[in-house]
Amino acid sequence: MANSVMSDHSSVEPSLWSGLTAVMKRDLLLAFRQRSDMVNPLFFFVMVIALFPLGVGPEPATLRMLAPGVIWIAALLSTLLSVDSLFRQDFDDGSLELVLLSPQPLFVVALGKVLAHWLITAVPLICVTPVLGIMLFMDGNTLLATLYSLLLGTPILSMISAIGAALTVGLRKGGVLIAVIALPLYVPVLIFGTSAVEAAAMTLPYVGQLAYLGAFLVLALTFAPFAIGAALRISVNTR
Amino acid sequence: MQTQGLYCERDDRVLIRDLDFSLENGEVLQIEGPNGSGKTTLLRILCGLSEDYEGDIFWSGQPRARVDEAFRQGTLYFGHLTGVKAALTPRENLRWILQLKGITASAALNPLIDQALQEVGLFSYEDVPVQALSAGQKRRVALARLQLEPARLWVLDEPFTAIDRAGVAQLEQLVQQHAEAGGAVLITTHHALELTGIRKLQLGLGKGTWRIL
Repeated sequence: MANSVMSDHSSVEPSLWSGLTAVMKRDLLLAFRQRSDMVNPLFFFVMVIALFPLGVGPEPATLRMLAPGVIWIAALLSTLLSVDSLFRQDFDDGSLELVLLSPQPLFVVALGKVLAHWLITAVPLICVTPVLGIMLFMDGNTLLATLYSLLLGTPILSMISAIGAALTVGLRKGGVLIAVIALPLYVPVLIFGTSAVEAAAMTLPYVGQLAYLGAFLVLALTFAPFAIGAALRISVNTR
Repeated sequence: MQTQGLYCERDDRVLIRDLDFSLENGEVLQIEGPNGSGKTTLLRILCGLSEDYEGDIFWSGQPRARVDEAFRQGTLYFGHLTGVKAALTPRENLRWILQLKGITASAALNPLIDQALQEVGLFSYEDVPVQALSAGQKRRVALARLQLEPARLWVLDEPFTAIDRAGVAQLEQLVQQHAEAGGAVLITTHHALELTGIRKLQLGLGKGTWRIL
């Protein structure tokens, strides 16, 4: 009977690493099963950037000048678009309650979920950026700076918006509130991200801006999971 | 598990006033009361999902907050929402729930999960996405947790919803076995449970009063 089996496991201590990978694996598997969640933010990103030359005209000089801002803002909005669903399903089907009651520390689960979300939504977006950059007449050096800045910046965006998502998951319509909570915190990331790309466009060194982004990333990775965990606890508590 | 002077209100209605009870190993406590009398609220408070209460809760003789990790390791909560993902298969669902409890996902885990699924009557459904199952079968996937998770305290909120008659009998037997093996069970249900040595906590007698039978 299963009882004999239980005793084999009852002494097992939860390890942080196995908790993290379990959460990430499950979310990646879920994203793979429900591929539209993965495609939507990418499609949005590509459409915004592809429509932009139609709006402002196809002058290479204009497009080259606007490119960093356009790519960054499109990335930012597509993160915001996708983050609403980050905890929604888990909240609705009760798995969030199981997570809260599990012996796993909450910040590990939060970190795992956000990292999986980043892999699902932001990495494909970074992968198509070179193509879009060429479309906006960016040169090689600028493109490289864009990729670096997005690589460092998008995880920060995911972390910040996940705090908003965790706070609003208990509300029926949290979408707009997430934007209100997260957008002010996006501003420094956006400033340093675009200024790195602009510096590269003027063939200036851009390591400084990237270092700032790196520092923000470390800050976000360290503190955001705790904030997300606390926010999730509040959301489930007020259910 | 013990409570002392537990008080809880919701929307200006006092649900529970001065609730003192203790639940020892090997005991089953059924919480009864009409709809809206605070059964689910009480269970959510007791297992730590809700913080809107006054009073003290003890686990193994110590305040629950101080032994939080041991408490969570030793408790199994089965709520209205089962936490079963529709896009995953029963096997994947259970695997993840066990991993949350700190059980490593070794290859040896699969036969155990399959055996538990077989016992809740889901043989040959292991690899079918849960969304293709019926409502009762979905509940049964979650009920397979009872056979797999090593927990001393079971907190079951309406476990019989959508379960057929044979399933109810089987579940009652599981609860009885768990109590006989030294586990404790808190259960809300409108079924008349036929268990030996079951105690009943009646809520909803007006103004937060209660009675233990």
